[in-house]
Amino acid sequence: MAKKKTVRKTTRKKAAARSSGGAVPSPAVVAKKMKKLRKKPAKKATRRAGAGGDAGVGKAIQGESGRLAKQALAEKDPQFTIPVRANSNTEWDEASRILRMGDRTQIRELFNLGQARKFMQTTLQQRGVLELLEQDKTLSLRGMYYKGLHTIAGTKEKTFGDQDESDTVLQDLEVLLGALREELHVFAKKRGTMVGNITVRDAGDEIDCRRMGTGGYAIPSICEPDVIEFVKCEADFVLHVEKDTVWSRFNEDRFWEKHNCILTEGSGQPPRGVRRLLQRLNAELGLPVICLLDCDPWGHYIYSVIKQGSMSLAFESERLAVPEAKFLGIRADDYERCGLSDDVKIALDDKDIKRAKEIMAYPWFADRRPWKKEIERMLRNGFKMEVESLITKEISYVTETYVPERLASGDFLD
Amino acid sequence: MLTLRTDPHTPWEGALPRMAKKKANSRRSDAERMASQHRQANISEYFDRNIAQLGFNSKQKALVTAVKEGVDNALDACEEFGILPSLLVQTIPMADQDVLKLIIRDNGPGIPRKSIDGVFAQLLYGSKFHRVQQTRGQQGIGISAAGMYGLKTTGQPVRVVSKPQPKKPAFEVILKIDVERNCAEILEEREFTDTKDWFPDGTGVHIEIPMKAVHKKGRQSVDAYLEQTAIANPHAEIEWRAPSGEVFLYERSSDELPPATKEIDPHPHGVELGDLERMLKKTPEKKLGGFFNKEFSRFSPSKVKTVTAAAKLTPQSWVASVEHPAIVKMHDEMLATKFMAPSTDCLAPIDAKNLLRGLSKEIGAEFFAAETRSPSVWGGSPFLVEAAIAYGGKLPRDEQSVVYRFANRVPLIYQQSGCACFRAVQEVAWKGYGLSQPRGALPVGPLVILLHVASTSVPFTNPAKEAVAEHEEIAKEMKLALQKCGQHLKRYLSRRNRMRRESERRDVFHRYIGEIAANLSAITGAVQEDLVSSLTATAQRHTEAADIELDDEGNVIEPSARGKADPNVLILETASAPQVSDDDTLFGNASSRRSR
Repeated sequence: MAKKKTVRKTTRKKAAARSSGGAVPSPAVVAKKMKKLRKKPAKKATRRAGAGGDAGVGKAIQGESGRLAKQALAEKDPQFTIPVRANSNTEWDEASRILRMGDRTQIRELFNLGQARKFMQTTLQQRGVLELLEQDKTLSLRGMYYKGLHTIAGTKEKTFGDQDESDTVLQDLEVLLGALREELHVFAKKRGTMVGNITVRDAGDEIDCRRMGTGGYAIPSICEPDVIEFVKCEADFVLHVEKDTVWSRFNEDRFWEKHNCILTEGSGQPPRGVRRLLQRLNAELGLPVICLLDCDPWGHYIYSVIKQGSMSLAFESERLAVPEAKFLGIRADDYERCGLSDDVKIALDDKDIKRAKEIMAYPWFADRRPWKKEIERMLRNGFKMEVESLITKEISYVTETYVPERLASGDFLD
Repeated sequence: MLTLRTDPHTPWEGALPRMAKKKANSRRSDAERMASQHRQANISEYFDRNIAQLGFNSKQKALVTAVKEGVDNALDACEEFGILPSLLVQTIPMADQDVLKLIIRDNGPGIPRKSIDGVFAQLLYGSKFHRVQQTRGQQGIGISAAGMYGLKTTGQPVRVVSKPQPKKPAFEVILKIDVERNCAEILEEREFTDTKDWFPDGTGVHIEIPMKAVHKKGRQSVDAYLEQTAIANPHAEIEWRAPSGEVFLYERSSDELPPATKEIDPHPHGVELGDLERMLKKTPEKKLGGFFNKEFSRFSPSKVKTVTAAAKLTPQSWVASVEHPAIVKMHDEMLATKFMAPSTDCLAPIDAKNLLRGLSKEIGAEFFAAETRSPSVWGGSPFLVEAAIAYGGKLPRDEQSVVYRFANRVPLIYQQSGCACFRAVQEVAWKGYGLSQPRGALPVGPLVILLHVASTSVPFTNPAKEAVAEHEEIAKEMKLALQKCGQHLKRYLSRRNRMRRESERRDVFHRYIGEIAANLSAITGAVQEDLVSSLTATAQRHTEAADIELDDEGNVIEPSARGKADPNVLILETASAPQVSDDDTLFGNASSRRSR
């Protein structure tokens, strides 16, 4: 502990020295820049038209099942019409710059050999969700699997072979009912951490995110307004970093304190909870979201998902995507600009190159010349770089020099 | 000789061995020569030299051969007198090692006292000279040979109890064969009243032959022989008591006796040179014209002229004057001349429906098909081929199929790979009928294949008559019959598969309906039972094909559907299911016996 403190003191001194020398911008400069990026907060939290809270979801389930029961009693073939969850049914909405789900649907019917079992599972999980809503309880994906799991009467067959079968059906239910998984009272494993100048009320408990120690606040899977309420926020912006290790570096250096921001991480591809939180911070509080990700196709794709939404959750992009999100780094030219050693280079393999080219071809990247240049530059370099590569300069180079400089210069990819 | 056939008191003569003429004759002359020249020759020597190769060369085979002689004779005698055969075959272990007492009892017409000596102690007694008729007896060499084998191996005589007249008591004769004089040596003879319930039908014969013999199970056993006999003779009832004490009952499944076969005159193309010489010697006709006309079929006056002219003779030439070179010339001319094909109405097939009965009775399969071909001709002899298959059920799935071969209703259980039947089965492309078949081998799968050749003269590969010889005409008919059965099988398999698919589909729907109804009911409050019944009805409608197949060709034969069923095909619900019910049209008058 003592040692760490010393380290922090020395780096602070250095940072101070640099800023006085004009090399490193002061927090004030950064704050000014960030205030410019702020947008007008939305008056109300984003809500989907279809679902509308527990009552809405419950009604949707009863509506679907009522229709099926009617079909069954009329000796017609009972069937669901489910929007197709596939890349091919994803559309790029140029105006709002997010991915939306197309209007292709598929029929799921009982009297089809390939669909009968899934049909049964769909009714089973609807029943399960309705019970959760009625009792106002939530379950994990695994919990839902166990809830629906039993042996079908008169057979040796189980309702689910494994959790994957149950998970797929729950995803189908989201699109069928037009409700987010969280609205179905089902959550995934927690991932992602937050720390910074914000106070939230989580299930009635007020949490001051400035007092979270080394671990930070674990972002819950369900970040809907009725679960997480923003009580007070004085931060100027959100810095989202790719992984937990980088986040720890920033937290230890009290970056959020110095630069008055909220610091989040999403353990790689951020889960829905983290994305929903970022979206709400941006939309409801007007905070700019700045991303610090690796310089590789994976990092670029994470940025793409945060900004435009993902293909598999295209139907929820409006509530998950942050079209104003900015990409701070790592940039392909940082290798030269920061004078990094050869040791940090990680060669791009064939898969990386293929992926990079795919990303470059996404319509939301294709019409952005700087992005095109960025990816071309990375391909020309022939290597990728992780955020941690900056540690080769100095332990706190990333928090004390690299990020503040970038923030002050406003040199982001958009 | 023909009169003997109609004399009710000498049935056994008709049923006695009728071997290919030449062989019969040469053997007879052997016996005669022996009787005169080697008066000191003992019975073993004679046996070894003449009989051993005909089926008595091992203790195991001797038992099968003796059973075969007795059973064939009994069946022939019963059929000739219009009696539905009920046979008992029993073997009782004796005190001496490997000695069994073989008992064969039938409900046939019985043997009159005056014929006993000939039947049991005279080789080739009553064997007919140029008899052209489809009979079992072609196969064997006579019960007397079995008696001789018994005498040689145990020194004990044969015991015969015969009851030829329902209202008179039976009599018992104990006799030995006297090889030197080719006649019976009667040791004891008396009236026999203590027949218990041996002859419930009033007549019959009971034979006891002690012999050195071993009973072993397997493909070449008495078990197999009798089982196959039962398949080919569904009108017969056979009880088999093995030495181990096991009892097998092969039940009767048909009350129809096979039609009596007609005896026909030989066809000119079916007669060999030696036959022709003997016929000339024996004929009562004085002139060649009369000889050819009376002794042969299909000989028109113009053909007689052609044939006699070849030897510079005329129809008016005296039979007695014909010399050997002229006979050779006439024989050559006969073979070179075209004649009408022999009449074929003298053949009696087992018939497809009886094959189905026989097979379904003895084999636990699910599908049966049979095909009877129309008669055809090989050499100068009419013949016809029948094939049948049994598929699925309890038959082993991954083994080579089993081939049952029959000649004139008699099972052939030796020399399988040398038999034309076996090769015909190998040469049919079974893959096309949904079975797997290694190159040039028997098909693999739950399959029994049956082939029957009926002919006035079945060509055999060896004197023991264990396998059918290869003849192009016969092989072709065999393949055609097998292919027809294969086509039936293919149709059945594809229907069965479709039916299975449909009923699997239905199973899947039914499996989930309860579950779905429970869920929908829980969510909406609809009545679960109503949901189940409506969904079940819909599922039923979606898989109607499963029902249709069940009725039409499926596992259950519905009474209404039977009338329409293909008479060459039989499908059983399960391997163990009873194959017929009383009102079964397919099974003709089987019900009358059952109701008794």
